[in-house]
Amino acid sequence: MIKVQNLKKSFGDVQAVKDVSFDAADGQITGLLGPNGAGKTTTLRMLYSLLPPDNGTISIDGMDPQIEPLRVKRQLGVVPDARGLYTRLTARENIEYFGQLHGIESAVLKQRIDELTNLLDLGDFIDRRTDGFSQGQRVRVAVARAMVHKPQTLLLDEPSNGLDVMSTRALRHLLRDLKQAGHCVVLSTHIMQEVAALCDQIVIIADGRVVASGSAAHLREISGCPELEDAFVKLIGTEEGLLA
Amino acid sequence: MMRGIKIVALKEIRDSLRDRRTVMNTLLMGPILGPLLFIGMLTLITQKEVDKAQETLHIPVVNESLAPSLINFLELQGVVVEQPPADPEQAIRDELHSVIIRIAEDYPEKWRAGQPATVEVIADASQREISTTLARVKLLLNGYSSQIGSLRLQLRGVDPQLMRAVDVRDIDLSTPESRGALILAMLPYFIMITLFVGSMSVAIDTTAGEKERQSLEPLLINPVPRWEIMTGKLTATTLFSLASLVLTLMAFVIFVGLIPASNLNFELNIDWNLAARFWYITAPVALVAAALLTTIAAFAKSFREAQSYMSMIILIPMLPSLWLFINPVKAETWMMWIPLLSQNLLVNQHIRAESVPVLWEVISIVSTLALGLLLAISAARLYQRSKLIFSN
Repeated sequence: MIKVQNLKKSFGDVQAVKDVSFDAADGQITGLLGPNGAGKTTTLRMLYSLLPPDNGTISIDGMDPQIEPLRVKRQLGVVPDARGLYTRLTARENIEYFGQLHGIESAVLKQRIDELTNLLDLGDFIDRRTDGFSQGQRVRVAVARAMVHKPQTLLLDEPSNGLDVMSTRALRHLLRDLKQAGHCVVLSTHIMQEVAALCDQIVIIADGRVVASGSAAHLREISGCPELEDAFVKLIGTEEGLLA
Repeated sequence: MMRGIKIVALKEIRDSLRDRRTVMNTLLMGPILGPLLFIGMLTLITQKEVDKAQETLHIPVVNESLAPSLINFLELQGVVVEQPPADPEQAIRDELHSVIIRIAEDYPEKWRAGQPATVEVIADASQREISTTLARVKLLLNGYSSQIGSLRLQLRGVDPQLMRAVDVRDIDLSTPESRGALILAMLPYFIMITLFVGSMSVAIDTTAGEKERQSLEPLLINPVPRWEIMTGKLTATTLFSLASLVLTLMAFVIFVGLIPASNLNFELNIDWNLAARFWYITAPVALVAAALLTTIAAFAKSFREAQSYMSMIILIPMLPSLWLFINPVKAETWMMWIPLLSQNLLVNQHIRAESVPVLWEVISIVSTLALGLLLAISAARLYQRSKLIFSN
């Protein structure tokens, strides 16, 4: 359960996030939709406590990431935009490293990695060094790494970037399963089809502000457009970034 | 609390050991190549000197016929007198001969008149490789001169001893060990460079490299305090530096053992015991090097940027060694408070087999560790700044 209110963040003269508020409930998939540079990644970075907000409040399962960063991080699984795998380590070692940092003892960790290997179909490359992995393989390893400690909340930054159709489908299945199991899933994307197919709640962010939020049906209703894509364009007031 | 440090350190060690660049620089090139080059050059030079001092002299003599008794003397001393070239000066310039003797035209007249007869020794003294030969030739000529001088005095009934108003005696207290120490004076310099070079690759890879690969962000999302993560990285870097030092010292002991000592007039006084001493005297510098290099590399956005800073930082460990090389000082207690300088002095002191007060070693280790810890603490806090985490 995430509650975000009036988030602001500037870097020097650049106001990356001007006013972002939304709730993301457990058992739901929430999509942050917006053109490139709208402030999605900065918002996520504030959620996982790497950036302190200039203003506003964040509550993740009742905790503030700036006050209790370590407790919040135990609840969170994060797949950042740059997957950031260690190329000289195997996929298994990459997942193991983060599992150890979460304090999982080795017998449990081994079992957990076996589970994730099945779940994400990593079997073919789990013991290969990640140097030279395809985008799809990298995303799957990054997702497994983010889920190694069974987090209640999962944050994914542009998860389907560079994925082929099959990998995208597998990822969507996984996210729906997590939702069914009562997890809170938040993903950022600029791809319309993704939110339409996946998200219970859509938060449209443009130029650092939330311009609209709600279910797909709700967004079509308030914009008066029967197509979600037209609704999106109308709500953000520009076609910029849509096709990127 | 220590759990995070240990996990990060172990991962960085494994990661670095799989990096060919790091392994080459830290564990192979530095520790083996450095000492090998040093010892190899040393053997070559000394071997050449020994050969020069023993080989038969082949000296062309101009106007040989004017001084038969001198030629006779030289040949008795084992010199092979050769035919002179047409232009002796040119022959020396062309390096066809190292030394040529020329008997002056008026030699016989002056000889008969009992005046100093001129013998010219033609050589280019700026050519270092001929210095031994030149010294030998001059020694022979001076020997002949004083031998004839004494005979003349005796003929006139004068005791030749009168010519020697002062009896100068060389009492050289230098031992083979201390002569070796002169050569080993370069060792502290090697040790300091090793400690810095040994930590360089890992310091860059674990900070700037991690940022470049964009793995720093996910790493910091783990529920481990940032200072623990940085301390883990520092630990790995320090251990690599220490390992590099162990290998370098081992290489020195082994290579020195390979030099045929009997040929030389000096002894390189370095054995396993002394190497172990050098290790614990200089080990605290590893922490200073690791913390310093990590701090600087943490500010860089990429591997290349970090490397460009390093070329300047590497001057730091050289400074005390170079300063001492140009301006040797006698070690005093207060100097032991200065990290890097104190290790230079202590290692030199041991090489010269001079006594080293225990207090000196204690002060040196404590002050250097203190500086290292200070730098480590400031490095450990670096990742509190979000600016250093995101490269874009």
